[in-house]
Amino acid sequence: MNGLAHQIVAGIATGGIYAAVALAIVMIYQATHHVNFAQGEMATLSTFIAWSMINAGMPYWVAFFATVVVSFAIGVAIERLLMRPVQNAPELTHVGVFIGLLLIIGNATGWIFGYTTKSFPSPFHSDKPLAGGLISAHELGSTAVTLAVLLLVWAFFRFTRLGLAMRAAAYNPRSARLVGIRVGWMLALGWGLAAAIGAVAGMMVAPIVFLDPTMMLGILLYAFAGALLGGIDNPMGAVIGGFVVGVLENLAGAYVVGTELKLTVALAIIIGVLVVRPSGLFGRVVYSRV
Amino acid sequence: MTRMDESLGPSGAAGGSRAWRATLLTLGIFAAVAPAFLLESFQLFQLTMAVIMALAVLGLNIVTGYNGQISLGHGAFFAVGAYVTAILMSHFDWSFWATLPVAALVCAAVGYGVGFPALRLGGLYLALTTFSLAVAVPQILKHKALEDWTGGVQGLFLVKPDPPFGLAVTPDQWMYLSVVAVAALCFWGTWNLVHSRIGRALMAIRDNPTAAQAMGMDISALKTKTFAASAMVTGIAGALSAVAIEFVAPDSFTFGVSITLFVGMVVGGVASILGSLFGGLFVLFVPNIAEAISKAAPGVIYGVILILFLFLLPGGFAGLLRQIAARLTRRRP
Amino acid sequence: MTTSRRTLILTTGALLAAPRLAAAQETPGVTATEIRIGSTNALSGPASTYSVITKCLTAMFQRLNDQGGVGGRKIAFIAYDDAYQPPRTLEQTRRLVEQDKVAFLFNQLGTPTNSAIHRYVNQRKVPHLFLATGADKWANPKEYPWTIGWQPSYRTEAQIYAKYILEQKPNAKIGLLYQNDDFGKDYLHGLKDVLGARFDAMVKTATNEATDPTIDSQIVSLQAAGCDTLVCGIIPRFAAQAIRKVHDLGWKPMMFMTNVSVSAGAVMQPAGPEKGVGLITSDYRKDQSDPAWANDPGMAEWRAFMAKYIADGDLSDNNYTYGYGAGSTMIQVLRQCGNDFSRENVMKQATNIAPMDIATLLPGVQVQTQPGNYNVIRQMQLQRWDGKSWVRFGKVIEGGNV
Repeated sequence: MNGLAHQIVAGIATGGIYAAVALAIVMIYQATHHVNFAQGEMATLSTFIAWSMINAGMPYWVAFFATVVVSFAIGVAIERLLMRPVQNAPELTHVGVFIGLLLIIGNATGWIFGYTTKSFPSPFHSDKPLAGGLISAHELGSTAVTLAVLLLVWAFFRFTRLGLAMRAAAYNPRSARLVGIRVGWMLALGWGLAAAIGAVAGMMVAPIVFLDPTMMLGILLYAFAGALLGGIDNPMGAVIGGFVVGVLENLAGAYVVGTELKLTVALAIIIGVLVVRPSGLFGRVVYSRV
Repeated sequence: MTRMDESLGPSGAAGGSRAWRATLLTLGIFAAVAPAFLLESFQLFQLTMAVIMALAVLGLNIVTGYNGQISLGHGAFFAVGAYVTAILMSHFDWSFWATLPVAALVCAAVGYGVGFPALRLGGLYLALTTFSLAVAVPQILKHKALEDWTGGVQGLFLVKPDPPFGLAVTPDQWMYLSVVAVAALCFWGTWNLVHSRIGRALMAIRDNPTAAQAMGMDISALKTKTFAASAMVTGIAGALSAVAIEFVAPDSFTFGVSITLFVGMVVGGVASILGSLFGGLFVLFVPNIAEAISKAAPGVIYGVILILFLFLLPGGFAGLLRQIAARLTRRRP
Repeated sequence: MTTSRRTLILTTGALLAAPRLAAAQETPGVTATEIRIGSTNALSGPASTYSVITKCLTAMFQRLNDQGGVGGRKIAFIAYDDAYQPPRTLEQTRRLVEQDKVAFLFNQLGTPTNSAIHRYVNQRKVPHLFLATGADKWANPKEYPWTIGWQPSYRTEAQIYAKYILEQKPNAKIGLLYQNDDFGKDYLHGLKDVLGARFDAMVKTATNEATDPTIDSQIVSLQAAGCDTLVCGIIPRFAAQAIRKVHDLGWKPMMFMTNVSVSAGAVMQPAGPEKGVGLITSDYRKDQSDPAWANDPGMAEWRAFMAKYIADGDLSDNNYTYGYGAGSTMIQVLRQCGNDFSRENVMKQATNIAPMDIATLLPGVQVQTQPGNYNVIRQMQLQRWDGKSWVRFGKVIEGGNV
């Protein structure tokens, strides 16, 4: 039984990672109705930027917030420079640009920073192991941070005019323009926020998995599964989905299919969700009639 | 935009265009076969791989180019085709030709099974599902339960077939000719498909799904069958590649293969048969060019080329040729 | 008459040239002034941390050329990128052999990558020398006489650990965590080799993929299964995680780590140096951060080489000591060839190296080959982490020939 508790807690800890990345994905989806396949690489790049700052001597929290701001700017820039020219192009072009971004950012990060594993500091320390060694201080802290970010995002969309404007711009750009909303800038804002959330996710993940350019590809897959499971248009659903995927993956790996098939478990979750309930546990079911 | 009736050449007269087509066909056959006897063995091997990749890109083009369904995981079907051939040849001593139909059928079935849940919904879900499939495939190939068949991480070895009837060609040349023959067959079949009613239905679904549905087409069924067909073509390419390289291993079929096929399709020309040929050549030879530009980060060059094409030449090389041809024909008196 | 004189001269000239032409075909890649050597490595992509090996070898051949070359000829070292993908390895190898017409191949990286080509090179009888991989399958003179590895195989390493475990703790319950590929599986086979029929009773296994974010779940499983010994065949990133997790769980097994993942800078520091105290590994090379070698002549030679030829190289990267070892072995083979650099002779010399010391190898560990035994390095020494560096203990142990 002790083993089971361990696996569940470990699953919640990794689930926190997936939840954070899933949140970033849902963010972009809500703002632009596109899935950003390059999300993982952008988060990795942000984490490397933070690493460089910390290595240069900056204190952790200064580097943290500086990275969030820089990532926000990068996200906005990408939207304005790369997505805007093709905004009316077919879906294929959009996906192509995401893939191109994935290639460029992923390989550039590796080229600039090298592929050797680096350690990334955590702001959460504790001298004694917590809960009998079940969970580390950092895992607890990063889960708390993910939940805090989720709360901020929810509050932003629910209670602020800007959040409302963003939702309107994504839902019905034409009508939104008619009431005076600058739709283009709403999209850019969406990208910036998603990039910032991704940066936070990356900085929370890196102390656990150690920083290297390829750290995000596997995580991205589990994050997609989590986002789909929870509902791709629902931030809270995505976070819950991320945690569920983390626990399921661990339990399945430990007791059911063996650790050799964990990626396949993610694939199975995705297909399962699509077959049974495509809108996810908490997403809105959309009916379309011709 | 699709090329409509290509039989109406500028000369117009039916007899003249038939002779023109016969000449083109003969030239085409000559151009396809000649390299087997003109090129050195290494360059012939490269060209063989280019034709194989062109076939793989053609498969992707069927579903993404002509039918508008975005697949990011066609590398998985490439892998399945390769492994089916490898297993049949290596464990059961089948001849190479006999394995091709089996590989085709298996890939079609897998394509159908994967496409079925995702294609009922929007394109986004197919993209996500195929992305996940491509990332998970190497792990599935290595799994213990399948290890006896797939050879696990060690992979399987094959031998190129010997030329039959004691023909005076080397195995490399025979391989090239076989690949060209199979590819030509698939290209011809696809060309027929695209120019038929079904082809128009596919493109209608891509361009205006609402209208297509309103016209009474069973969109889901058609999309799923198209996905199966495209999986089949890419699977055949995979089977050919297994024999050309004489080795299959899970590491040969990472997520990068799916990305490579996607880039090849865009650069060569979406929804274009000729474009698939360009795509194959691009996929094979550009990594070497990229390596020359930047030894450490050829991937960046790849991504930049992809984005440049998307922005400046969305029709790819084939689109560029079409524009040039249109401009030339317009100038004719 | 003029025509027949011309014909006579031309014919004589052709006859005189013919032996040289025939000689060129017998020794491909070798001219009177040059020997062409080919290689492939992951110069780009996720495995490109090993590309520094190519950098090191290029510099070593540069140094050799500066010293006058070998057999009166200079070395042209041609290395292509395969991004660790077997189809590319085949393409680049065929380019090297058929287009660039190299004399032989040297230190190509990777197990699946070399697997894709080793039948091709054996069919064509091209020496496939000193591969940069620890997989065990390269020591197979009967089936693949033209292929030979270099470093002690991972399987040998696992055998050495198993022997030590049986000595110290005959009733150990062993947990094995290994990466689900050729590299990791060699550890599985090595343990099986030594434990034999007792394997199933004594060992609990767990695997991981290179794409897994963490291996915490696997560590937890192994602890829950009651293991008191842990052997890990995993890459550096997961090694750091494993060391940290084992410590945080409060678990104190006798722990062994593959020598691929024990770099002080890349693994022990990120994990937390105090967390890895007691970790055991093995090595065949001198650790450049070990103060015992501060005044060692071999390491001084290596440092001088680095300072002169790779001034910007990271001295703590042990791929450079690896490259120096492989390069030194190759240069010894070239010197043994004398003036005959035909493929047959190169292979013959490569499989007849008398036991020799190399600057960057531990004392007692030697390079040697015989025609019936293609294990080039067979000895290793165990070392233990004391919180600051690796401390060698015990004698140099020889691995079994599998």
